[in-house]
Amino acid sequence: MRRRISAYGLTFSLPLLIWQLLFFVFPLVFLIALSFWTVRNFRMQPDFDTVNWTTMYGRAIFWQAYGTTLALATAAAALTSVLAFPCAYAIAFKLPNGARRWAIMLMVIPFFTSYLVRIYSWQVFLSDAGIINVMLGWIGLGPYGLLNTMGATLLGYVTLALPLVVLLQLFSLIFLDRTLIEAAHNMRCGRLRTVFAVVIPSARVGLVIAALFAFILSFGDFVSPIYLGGGDPTTLSILITDTTKSGQQWPRAAVIALTMIVTLMVVAFLSVRFAYRGRK
Amino acid sequence: MNTGNPANRSPLLHGLLMLYVVLAYLFVFAPILASFVFSFNSDRFPSIPLGQFSTEWYRAVAADPLVWEGLRNTLLVGVVVALISTALGFGAAYTDYRYSFLGKQVYLALALLPPTIPVVIMGLAMLAFLSRVNLSGDALAVIIAHVVICAPFAMAVIRLRLSQMDPSLEQAAWNLGASEWAAMRHVIIPFCRPAILGALFVTMAVSFDEFAIAWFVSGLNETLPVKVLGFLQGQVSPRINAIGTFVFVTSMMLLILAQLLLGHGPASRKE
Repeated sequence: MRRRISAYGLTFSLPLLIWQLLFFVFPLVFLIALSFWTVRNFRMQPDFDTVNWTTMYGRAIFWQAYGTTLALATAAAALTSVLAFPCAYAIAFKLPNGARRWAIMLMVIPFFTSYLVRIYSWQVFLSDAGIINVMLGWIGLGPYGLLNTMGATLLGYVTLALPLVVLLQLFSLIFLDRTLIEAAHNMRCGRLRTVFAVVIPSARVGLVIAALFAFILSFGDFVSPIYLGGGDPTTLSILITDTTKSGQQWPRAAVIALTMIVTLMVVAFLSVRFAYRGRK
Repeated sequence: MNTGNPANRSPLLHGLLMLYVVLAYLFVFAPILASFVFSFNSDRFPSIPLGQFSTEWYRAVAADPLVWEGLRNTLLVGVVVALISTALGFGAAYTDYRYSFLGKQVYLALALLPPTIPVVIMGLAMLAFLSRVNLSGDALAVIIAHVVICAPFAMAVIRLRLSQMDPSLEQAAWNLGASEWAAMRHVIIPFCRPAILGALFVTMAVSFDEFAIAWFVSGLNETLPVKVLGFLQGQVSPRINAIGTFVFVTSMMLLILAQLLLGHGPASRKE
């Protein structure tokens, strides 16, 4: 392979680099500067003032939203992982090859359907006169207030994350060394124990990464907490959209966004470290 | 492939697992199917039992000039985004395939990370940045932002195809006297053609469905998904189902096209 820098090579490598530096890295870095700007008479001006940080961090609503978001995203990551695992396990180990390909293709479809439409659809299921309450009515139950609850928010998060988590878990299980499982069986290790003592530890990296993605997706989603959760209690993502869309308080929104990025980085770092702990 | 040790198979457990898989898929597809069914249902507040079959929501949508404008914006943005992101993605995939250099990890991180940043944060950052350079509120703003998140998908699709290519093919072309450019044109690009077309469709489909960043930066030039967000904010309206079904069918057609191209491309057996 030739390795010298040539006009030819740069023609292919540079465009993406320039685009992502200009329109991905730079806007994110600009958020840092923006968080120190001030707003006077509804106009933003460049400044170096920590007022946005002290204002936001001094508000109870901010910390309440932070706690809610963190708790909900953690719960969503755990719930989605637990719900996805038997499904991924069955597809990886119990389905013949052809059926497995179909299963994978079907799981890809949700990525190309509008998340908004799916959330609206859940409203139709969950509302007071919605499908679930009508069905419960047939057996003499309800109606229950299902919409505008934290459970409904979680349902939205699971809808968002489940397909990706199933696929990621599936890929980590497919590439698992099957002789390990057979060895466990040969040594009379029970089925459930094999899953917990052999399969899960061996596929740990993939499982943790899958949970991490579920966390990231839920942590940043504002659609489910607004349209299924009713916006109460508020989350950081709702706080960002509200702060940005109503009034010119972009510097304060930047403070929230940066706090979210740092939180995500810490969570990602800890998860990856946990995933690879004890490996070379 | 061997699917488990036969001595260790229990029909009951196997049946339960299969039932679970079916339930999981039902959960995933329930909202999609419901939206399809209710798009043809006459009731204003959809529920069961179903009302009458009706196409009134499709007619309502078709009669709304703002929806048409949104559709035009979406298509324009989608096509341009697909072209640019596929070109950028191809370059990055080829770079990763052929070169190794100092800082390649950083390069790859830049090439692949954007979709993992929450869209509200990307939306805010894009809005703040683009409005400083007087670009926000424009279809161009949506295009710029969408390329950032779509290019990684194009890169992944094309990189996968390149990894199926024998590196000696390109070297053979050089040895036979082809310049690097000629080898690119006559060897690499033909080999990647199905993946390039696949990447075009995948990135277009991603752009079609993206609403959050578009909502932040689009201003008055709303794309269709942003319009849907507007419907969701306003009165609950089964029009969402009509638009959703339409967009779903379009996206699925793009995806099936991409799948056909990736699976049965003319170059796929040329190893």
